[in-house]
Amino acid sequence: MSEADGKIKSVSIVCSKGSLEGIYPALIMANGARMEGIEASIFFTFFGLYAILKKFNEKIKIATVGNPAMRVPDAKGILLPTIIGAIPGMSTFATKMMMKEMEQLDIPPIPEFLEMIHDAGGRLYACKATVDMFHLKPEDFCDEVEKVLTVGEFYQLSAGSEIIFT
Amino acid sequence: MPSAEIAGVTVDVNEEGYLTDPGQWTRAIGEAIAAELGIGPMTDEHWKVIDFLRKDTAEQGQVPSIRRIKKTGDIPTKELYALFPDGPLKKSTKIAGLPKPASCI
Repeated sequence: MSEADGKIKSVSIVCSKGSLEGIYPALIMANGARMEGIEASIFFTFFGLYAILKKFNEKIKIATVGNPAMRVPDAKGILLPTIIGAIPGMSTFATKMMMKEMEQLDIPPIPEFLEMIHDAGGRLYACKATVDMFHLKPEDFCDEVEKVLTVGEFYQLSAGSEIIFT
Repeated sequence: MPSAEIAGVTVDVNEEGYLTDPGQWTRAIGEAIAAELGIGPMTDEHWKVIDFLRKDTAEQGQVPSIRRIKKTGDIPTKELYALFPDGPLKKSTKIAGLPKPASCI
């Protein structure tokens, strides 16, 4: 909620993508909000659910196809065309490179990051429609996930929050 | 550069009130900044965080992240947030007389 002093009080972040570059922005923004004393919750939906699925969330990868901005070996390197990005192992390799960079910046792997956000008072929710569609159960999710929510419940919990879709 | 009188001593600060010279810091200054931020009274647990921040910053040349405070400083993240609510790293570094952290993590 924006107060008279212009300060954001609460954010609700929707994480809908299951790639590394789809998940991390949501986690960084939620954690960053808590670091500023802003309430934060993340609602994981569709393939974004993989971020909170036990075991699966250790194997999240960068999409090396269909990304016209993707360059190797670094941000100013040469373009990686989709046809090359599709070679088996490409995504794993790119992910490994990026994880190395992130570790140096103290950005944790996804399971540890979820724990960090949870310890910071951030709240994690799973989307009921996707949970049903993917035939998942509450026990499939990591312990930090508070609840499976309907979209209606999500809006109720987000009353007064800024809603951010990633 | 602006200066401020904290705990009866004149120190150099930036526009946000962070000390610009960690060498001018004393525990009394830390106490005074904490009181101003609504933190405290400062306990041993608070000082454990402040001491680690000052030691690690002096050794590493930069303010540690919350992750490093947990892993190296042995201070659980939950505890850090409980001790310094509403912006733990921003507040604890200010109390410790260190620069405001410039990292997103």
